[in-house]
Amino acid sequence: MKLRRLIGFNLLTAVVLGIVGFYLGWWLGHLVKAPSLDYFDDTGQNDIALFVAYLTGVVGFLVGLGFANYPVQRMLGKPPSLREKETAGIGRYFGLCTDHKVVGLQYLIGIGAFIFIGGLNAMLIRFELLRPTHLAWNGNNYLTLVGLHGTMMMGMMTSGILGPFANYFVPLMIGARRMAFPRIEALTFWLLMAAGTILMTTLAFGGFPTGWTGYAPLSEQSNMGMDAYIAFFALVGLSMTLLGLNMLVTVITMRAPGLSWSRLPIFVWGTVTTSVLMVLAAPVLISTLFMLALDRTAQTSFFNVQAGGSPYLYENLFWIFGHPEVYVLALPGMGIVLEILPVFARKPLWGYRLAVTGMVGIMLLSFLVWQHHLFVSGINGDLRPFYMLSTELISLPTGFIFVCALGTLWAGRIRLTVPMLFALAWIFNFLIGGLSGVFLSDVPSDVTTHGSFFSMAHFHYTIMGGLLFAFFGAVYFWVPKMTGFELSERLGKIHFWVMFIAFNSTFGPLLVIGFLGMPRRVVTYAGYLQGANEWVSISAFVLGASMLVFLVNLVWTQVFVRTPAAANPWGSKSIEFQLPSPVPVHDFDRIPTFGPDPYPYGVIEGTRPVAVPARPTA
Amino acid sequence: MWSSRSHGQRIAALTVIGTAIVLPLVVFVLGPNMPPGKGTPVASSQVTDNTVLLVVMTPFTVFILAYLAYALVVFRAPKGEGLVDGAPVRGHFKAQVAWLATTTAAVLFLAIFGTTELLADNGAGGGGGPNPVAKPSGAVFPVQVIAQQWEFTYRYPTYGGVETATLVLPAGREIAFHVTSLDAIHSFWAYQLGVKADANPGVDNVAYVRTKSPSTFQIRCAELCGLWHGYMSDTGRVVSSSDFATWIAARRRQFAPVMNYLPKYAPSYAPDPTFRAG
Repeated sequence: MKLRRLIGFNLLTAVVLGIVGFYLGWWLGHLVKAPSLDYFDDTGQNDIALFVAYLTGVVGFLVGLGFANYPVQRMLGKPPSLREKETAGIGRYFGLCTDHKVVGLQYLIGIGAFIFIGGLNAMLIRFELLRPTHLAWNGNNYLTLVGLHGTMMMGMMTSGILGPFANYFVPLMIGARRMAFPRIEALTFWLLMAAGTILMTTLAFGGFPTGWTGYAPLSEQSNMGMDAYIAFFALVGLSMTLLGLNMLVTVITMRAPGLSWSRLPIFVWGTVTTSVLMVLAAPVLISTLFMLALDRTAQTSFFNVQAGGSPYLYENLFWIFGHPEVYVLALPGMGIVLEILPVFARKPLWGYRLAVTGMVGIMLLSFLVWQHHLFVSGINGDLRPFYMLSTELISLPTGFIFVCALGTLWAGRIRLTVPMLFALAWIFNFLIGGLSGVFLSDVPSDVTTHGSFFSMAHFHYTIMGGLLFAFFGAVYFWVPKMTGFELSERLGKIHFWVMFIAFNSTFGPLLVIGFLGMPRRVVTYAGYLQGANEWVSISAFVLGASMLVFLVNLVWTQVFVRTPAAANPWGSKSIEFQLPSPVPVHDFDRIPTFGPDPYPYGVIEGTRPVAVPARPTA
Repeated sequence: MWSSRSHGQRIAALTVIGTAIVLPLVVFVLGPNMPPGKGTPVASSQVTDNTVLLVVMTPFTVFILAYLAYALVVFRAPKGEGLVDGAPVRGHFKAQVAWLATTTAAVLFLAIFGTTELLADNGAGGGGGPNPVAKPSGAVFPVQVIAQQWEFTYRYPTYGGVETATLVLPAGREIAFHVTSLDAIHSFWAYQLGVKADANPGVDNVAYVRTKSPSTFQIRCAELCGLWHGYMSDTGRVVSSSDFATWIAARRRQFAPVMNYLPKYAPSYAPDPTFRAG
């Protein structure tokens, strides 16, 4: 690479401008003076300066990447630079690039790195819990680890599948050459990277004690580390909203001729329903955090009891976002699993319309259940039967997904490849996750399980056992297509079996530990639970080690061995596998046409209504 | 190869046999040992509730696992087989309707059952707000639980509002816990009693439970409340009425000088101004 390339709008410039912007904002923020803010001088805590610094830092970062170039050049009447549309060179992975395939890979690596950090936090948490009393971290550091783990995972995994895989494959699957708003597509990724970095800076400001929920008034009395949480989640919310909008517009307006809604691959449906949730739920999060930030800086009192506010307001607003959010994590996984099963059962998707109904049903119902997080909070006690009903009703559309998955296996020719193993494990894990959720939806049972390790184990079964298993299924299924290099099947199988067994050995016992009375997010616990907790911690370390197997696989095969991947190693009939690996820059020579059936397995050759395969660009 | 009819019959048989084996285990072995034990009528009915949930789930779980296992054994492609497609089965109307009907029936049953249990047990031990819709009919024994960072204290309004650091309850009485907080959100979780109620500043959150014979129970804070959340635990006692009378009289004598400085008993107290905990 020529050194000249380092100068200009790229990641290096972005980091430099981000740091400069941060300190500029920090200085500006300290100029703000008002009698009502004297309080902060005594504590040495200036939240205004920190918020302004985060804002200017992000702006500097984005300008450095070149996001301002296009609007500025157009305003000045000059022809816009086309640097972001470059088609060759490794450099385009390190800056603003509007190729949806580059953004997909950027997402995969960027989000993967932050998820890895979140996983390391979990290891540190489990290390502390090897002993019922204090072992390694003091109370504040322990809570910061808990908060970082939860916030990082919940923030980053929202785009964990849509980011890498929907950005890469949805345009291909609908026969489009790009997303509707390619610059916004790139923006969603770089916003997430800025957000993740901001969250890590909480360590420099004392951490935050609230976990990922950030309940007021605890979050109002917390020190400056809390501001990192607020800025992080607000930026994630912004990224989610834009990502969702972009996906919706793309799928609605850019489908190839003949590709009606009932011909879309099921993964596209998973993306569409997730996007609706993102667009409607994430803005609530942004406004909630804005109110929290105002409470912490301008001394407003949205959530401050003695000045007329209410912590219930925060709880309600947070979960109005928070419950759709957990389905933002579930739906893409369902899409992936139902996309993988037909390929390796050699069958059409069983009950396509039922699966779509299930996804849309989950999408709609997920807005009506949020107060099940508040069953014992004393808020609207009379409404509990309603929320119990609505929560249990969600198991109907979820059941549709299950029955479609099982039906697809019926009389199939099942091949247990690595992606298939992950998809089947999803069925098992999500089954346990769903069933444990029934206990939490039932108020009398929730009285014991609420706020205990049981609920923690439940959502790890649905999010880690569901989303993360689907994520890895997608990685083994699609990464060779994205990079053009094979992954090792053998290491993949080792990864799968260690991860599957260790996962269940970690979170299965946690369900029991919660039933036995251990609350979440505690640094100490009753002595009689030590044996069980040691078992869980050791399983968790093995689970962590399985991720190392994956890393070795990824680095070894993609960096060192580099065996070229076949165009269609699985015999899939989906459009992306009719293209060469990796997919050429311009995707298709000509826009493909689509037949009525997205899963034409078992259909007699010749009458197969399959996508016309596109020729690669030479 | 077997016909699709015999596949269905085999899976159905596996489900029936599996359920017949698992269900008695659930009802007679797992059920009685479900949390939170039988310390109070509320706790016992939570045990019943958990057992009923397990019973309803069992056939579905057995069916799905039996189906998965059967599919993985019988529907596997033979080793070395090339790409051979399965039959293009795109759905089965009757199967879909049957699935929808059974899951709907189960869900509606659970919702109705849960609601009945909730109302019959006066909120099932959960905090129901300042004025719960279901209340015990007889006389109640009020106890105020005041949570603050990072301990619980308890006030007895019928004994001059005396405030103690330990929770002692008379046996065989209908207790009304009035849970409130002075700062962040906490949650009062008395495990063996089957009680959990969030403590919110400025809110009187009421939970009912009827105590049984003398025993001890664990109290933990179940809502993340800051630095020493993990250490916010306590042991409560249920004692006989006479022991309770002796104990509360002693506490009133002991704390008589302090009473002048305590705020008057109220459903909730003006919390301290929010300050940085550092």
